Amino acid sequence: MIALTGKNQSYVLVLYGLCFPLIHVAHAQFILKMAAVQGGMGDADIKTDIKTEPSADGFGNNNANDGRVLSASPGSSSSTGSNKQTAAVTPEDQQTLLAVLQFLKKNKLSESVEILRREAGLPENSLDPKANESAGAGSGGAAGIVDLEGGDASSLLSRVTGSSSAGAQAPTKGTFICGGKKDQPDVSVVLSAYSQQGDPTLYKVYYRDLKKFIETVLDCHRAELSQVFYPLFVHMYLELVYNNHESEAKAFFEKFSGDQECYYEEDLRILSGLTKKEHMRGNETLLDFRTSKFVLRISRDSYQLLKRHLQERQNNQIWNIIQEHLYIDIFDGMPRSKSQIDAMSGSLAGEAKREANKTKVYYGLLKEPEIELPLDDEDEEAENEEGKPKKKKPKKDSVGSKSKKQDPNAPSQNRIPLPELKDSDKLDKIMYMKEATKRIRLGPDNLPSVCFYTFLNAYQGLTAVDLTDDSSLIAGGFADSTVRVWSVTPKKLRKVKSAADLNLIDKESDDVLERIMDEKTASESKIMYGHSGPVYGISFSPDRNYLLSSSEDGTVRLWSLLTFTCLVAYKGHNYPVWDTQFSPYGYYFVSGGHDRVARLWATDHYQPLRIFSGHLADITCTRFHPNSNYVATGSSDRTIRLWDVLSGNCVRIFTGHKGPIHSLAFSPNGKFLASGATDGRVLLWDIGHGLMVGELKGHTDTIYSLRFSRDGEILASGSMDNTVRLWDAMKAFDDLETDDFTAATGHIHLQDNSQELLLGTYTTKSTPVIHLHFTRRNLLLAAGAFNP
Amino acid sequence: MADREERRFAEVSRESVRLMAEGAGVELGDDVAALLAEDVCYRLREATQSSSQFMRHAKRRKLTVEDFNRALRWSNVEAICGYGAQDALPFRSVKEGELFFVEDRDVNLVELALATNIPKGCAETMVRVNVSYLDGKGNLEPQGTVPTAVQSLSDDLLKYYQQITRAILGEDPHLMKVALLDLQSNSKIAALLPYFVYVISGVKSVSHDLEQLNRLMHMVKSLVQNPYLYLGSYVRSLVSSVMYCILEPLAASINPLNDHWTLRDYAALLLSHIFWTHGDLVSGLYHQILLSLQKVLSDPVRPLCSHYGAVVGLHALGWKAVERVLFPHLPAYWANLQAVLDDYSVSNAQVKADGHKVYGAILVAVERLLKMKALSLSQSAEGQSGAHPGSVVGAVSYRVNSPGLSPPPEPLSEAALGIASHLQVGGAGCHWEEWTPVPLPAMYCELYSFFGDSLAVRFSTGTGFGTHSPCTPSQLGDSRKEPPGPASNLDTTRKMPQLTANLNISPRQDGSPRTDPPPPTTRGAPRSAGLSREVFPKARFTSPQTTPPAFSFLIGGRQMGQRCQGRRPFQTMFATTPPVSAIPPRTYAHKLPVIGRVGKPVRRWTCSHYSLHLPL
Repeated sequence: MIALTGKNQSYVLVLYGLCFPLIHVAHAQFILKMAAVQGGMGDADIKTDIKTEPSADGFGNNNANDGRVLSASPGSSSSTGSNKQTAAVTPEDQQTLLAVLQFLKKNKLSESVEILRREAGLPENSLDPKANESAGAGSGGAAGIVDLEGGDASSLLSRVTGSSSAGAQAPTKGTFICGGKKDQPDVSVVLSAYSQQGDPTLYKVYYRDLKKFIETVLDCHRAELSQVFYPLFVHMYLELVYNNHESEAKAFFEKFSGDQECYYEEDLRILSGLTKKEHMRGNETLLDFRTSKFVLRISRDSYQLLKRHLQERQNNQIWNIIQEHLYIDIFDGMPRSKSQIDAMSGSLAGEAKREANKTKVYYGLLKEPEIELPLDDEDEEAENEEGKPKKKKPKKDSVGSKSKKQDPNAPSQNRIPLPELKDSDKLDKIMYMKEATKRIRLGPDNLPSVCFYTFLNAYQGLTAVDLTDDSSLIAGGFADSTVRVWSVTPKKLRKVKSAADLNLIDKESDDVLERIMDEKTASESKIMYGHSGPVYGISFSPDRNYLLSSSEDGTVRLWSLLTFTCLVAYKGHNYPVWDTQFSPYGYYFVSGGHDRVARLWATDHYQPLRIFSGHLADITCTRFHPNSNYVATGSSDRTIRLWDVLSGNCVRIFTGHKGPIHSLAFSPNGKFLASGATDGRVLLWDIGHGLMVGELKGHTDTIYSLRFSRDGEILASGSMDNTVRLWDAMKAFDDLETDDFTAATGHIHLQDNSQELLLGTYTTKSTPVIHLHFTRRNLLLAAGAFNP
Repeated sequence: MADREERRFAEVSRESVRLMAEGAGVELGDDVAALLAEDVCYRLREATQSSSQFMRHAKRRKLTVEDFNRALRWSNVEAICGYGAQDALPFRSVKEGELFFVEDRDVNLVELALATNIPKGCAETMVRVNVSYLDGKGNLEPQGTVPTAVQSLSDDLLKYYQQITRAILGEDPHLMKVALLDLQSNSKIAALLPYFVYVISGVKSVSHDLEQLNRLMHMVKSLVQNPYLYLGSYVRSLVSSVMYCILEPLAASINPLNDHWTLRDYAALLLSHIFWTHGDLVSGLYHQILLSLQKVLSDPVRPLCSHYGAVVGLHALGWKAVERVLFPHLPAYWANLQAVLDDYSVSNAQVKADGHKVYGAILVAVERLLKMKALSLSQSAEGQSGAHPGSVVGAVSYRVNSPGLSPPPEPLSEAALGIASHLQVGGAGCHWEEWTPVPLPAMYCELYSFFGDSLAVRFSTGTGFGTHSPCTPSQLGDSRKEPPGPASNLDTTRKMPQLTANLNISPRQDGSPRTDPPPPTTRGAPRSAGLSREVFPKARFTSPQTTPPAFSFLIGGRQMGQRCQGRRPFQTMFATTPPVSAIPPRTYAHKLPVIGRVGKPVRRWTCSHYSLHLPL
């Protein structure tokens, strides 16, 4: 595989031959995995591919990752693991393999056929050679889907499901599971999902039968078993549609859609619009639904009850669906209550499996480099610079002493390579510590002052805002493709002088950094042109020398704030990039977009270092963990994932939001994560235990920004509903620790204490709040565009 | 769920598909068209679905054409050409033919090309910062047009609130009227009162917009008149909003074309209305109002329109207020006003015009003061002299006693007395503590020294009680009550200010008829040399320089209500009455001439030996 990474435009087909002990052997599942290994960044062929084949990126990720910057990486164990699997093709799989090959050939993917055959060790004559034209521009994956409508291929390959099943069924490969594989909608080429089965008119009977059964079981089981309704409903409906029973499907929908939980309304609306088999092809939501197993958590007792019922009734139809499309995560113990279930459900693919959140996460903070503080505040900066290391004695300052202790939960200092501190960074650290000593201690009785940065005359549409850590610069991304930077302080923005002028400067002088700036260019704001679509994400580098912007045009651009020009355009997403963010230590950055993958980049590499693949829908927001070892992504599939930067693995999946997630924030101590979504709720997560620990209700519209105060006492949330709300984060997390923490079961019981935690609501003048920022002294800054 | 089922998707009918196909020159079968139509619908929905993603990421609520085009472009469909518009393009329908279209007006290119007024570009995008909340407290001006707490109201109330405010502040005058009427009579809006009060307190932010100010004042009136509302301490807030309109040099006043005078008049009326009907709710309110009015009046830096406001405000609060505040201030103020009025320079024209306004207002106020004082004297005398049965007098004469706004029903009238007593007691540090009532003749003399003959002319008996009495009762929505008992003490003679339906303050026809004291020759002499101001047109009727024995009365009382919009002067020459300067007030009051219209005699006076019946 690694060898193949260099190849341009080659599609590596890897077959995971996994046979399941299912009732119908004929429905043996296999995983078809297309790995598009990118050769060139802007390659036109790949461009169309990546969208439909997120898995390909996920796979290629592990291959491409090794050894570049993250030399400490243990390598792509997952990918090598998968390769080994392919080698071991059992005889039973021979048949399926042949089917795949046949299909590929039918779709003129000759190259892929070749490769697959070679890898599987099949003789050439096992296929009857036919058309050998090149695949051409139409990419494999897309073409595969499009061309599939005839009956033969589908009936032959009647069951293709997501690789999640594979992961689930092969629990021995622990790392493998957590690798990009398990959660990804690996099978991007969904050949067909539903073959003709049973009498369409009986579907209603089946469903009603089950419904009746569940309604009559004991109360304690009812809530749990009711979870089955939604996925069953969807799959049955899709089967009906797929098999052209349009009227039956409609009737089925009419009859039972009302029973579903209200938070599935969005999905149901999409579903109700879909009545034709042809429509299923291009529908992404459905693709997601079919390729991933819907995960349910059910207690053993409840499960036994259900199983017994279905077996007694000989209700194979439903049993098959449960077997094939659902993953039931059985646990021992008390069945969960309705509220417990509701808290965790709502995502596109059900809840997260328990073992998905078992990996250890090093959420502690890295040790701060020891920088001695100047003795007293009156000291001039210049003096520090000259005699910093020798003159000053080690500080008794609390910040310094705290950083001495190594947090047991912290990753090792060099787990991922971080850039060296430059002198200017050290200076900035000193400034930071100085400011920190003047920081206001916030709390329920001491709320922060709020300043609002209003973007006036933003007719072109303000889409993203960021502030530097020291609150000296503010940048806005606009729908007219521009990026604008303003200086918030009286200090004007200046460009560096031209090369010719720079030659004239005395480079030995002390104030050379001042001299290189061109006074003539001083202005309050600068506009940067370069994107060709709305700028959806924007992020300053920690050293304030760079600015990142991500746009609808599929690129992420790096801008210099010294010259106010574009330095690099990182291409790779090829679809709108919804968000990007710099690592807290600089150098790395993460981006995520419509192609459902998040990428980790380093500023000096034009290709991504890691590709985080697994979300079932757009990645809407990305955030770095304060220790830079992890990345959190929120998605339209209503889940949040935490990715390990080192291995590229998904280490946490958080479900519970009922709408696309639009904002994320890590607590300053790295232990907690807050997320806000279109449903107007903020959820709090314990990263170490992988649990939801709080729910903050109050906003009435999408939450676009979240931020913890510098000491983590207060959580501020800004929303489309023109308010900023402050929450008592301290209390939210404190209550939790006194609670008997049932990390073992993972069954949270949230008390509804939003009102107690809400410390304040601040309204704006019809200005949606799209960014929040705490200054180093804990003054809250909010920003948004005035919408008259 | 039920509503989900009801919500059908928009559909493109097969006829439309067939039509479009025909337009493209393709003949379609029925079944093909049906299939196509269904597919088109589905694709449209799909595209809409994905376009909403672009909207969400652009952090907007409104889906734009641009969003839709992006969705199309990313699904490899040709985008719709043309330019998107920021605002929604309304579809219009043609009645015949059931055709819907977006209005697309022709652009005259020639005109456009040769246009001289080149539009300026958009203002530059900029970032401005303001400290919104200090220390987490909203201790600065509350922000936002709608208080957030409104959200905690029930949906119905919230909707009502939004509709009402929108209607009142909106464009449609008819809607506004309906909304105001409802506000006046709705019995279920008590919960919304704080929000309405909040909205009204927005006067400060719309001081440039007379129309809006007017609307807000109307809103106040509706609230005040709503019998189901207990205003409680919100009275204070309402009063301060109203006072703002009365006293502040509004931004709208800068343009002399803006008729802010009317607004001030109306607000002053409102003030008196609030005060007389709800003044009991907040103790010390009357006192505070007087203080602030006095402050404005005594502040020479304030613009004349503020002074005007203060005068009409005092006037609206009743003659006692005028006597207490305006009258003592008059000498000092007069000098200033005189200077303004005597400056005939062109640059001073505007100021002078304003000065005349103030002059007029003062004149009206003092006139009524004189009248009412005289009346009160006569009544107190009447009270002392023994009860008058009043049966003959009837309602009409009582109306004379309390013309215009009736005193509020029992409890309120009690309270009103209480407020009056505030006035008597006075507040700490206020200058009228040492105020001693100036005897009427002295007062008249002093006023005459300022106003000269215009005072004499305007100081009239009103248009006769009979004439306008028919229209008085209906002036207010309030139930008209008899004033409490026959005038047995001084307080009951306090006159309620008249609220008229239109926006003008006018001297009430409440003037108790009385004779003028002879113009004091000593003090009046220096002022009578043509300096008297004749502001109102009826000054034409002024008889030349009245001499002590002959009194000229102009019946300048403003008729009220719809029947009469302007002043309708009546001039009557009276027979000489004996000079009264030396007569003590009570006896002086006897001599008050009564002017009754034929057939409608004011019988109290006719019966009273204190009054003079002067047959016309």
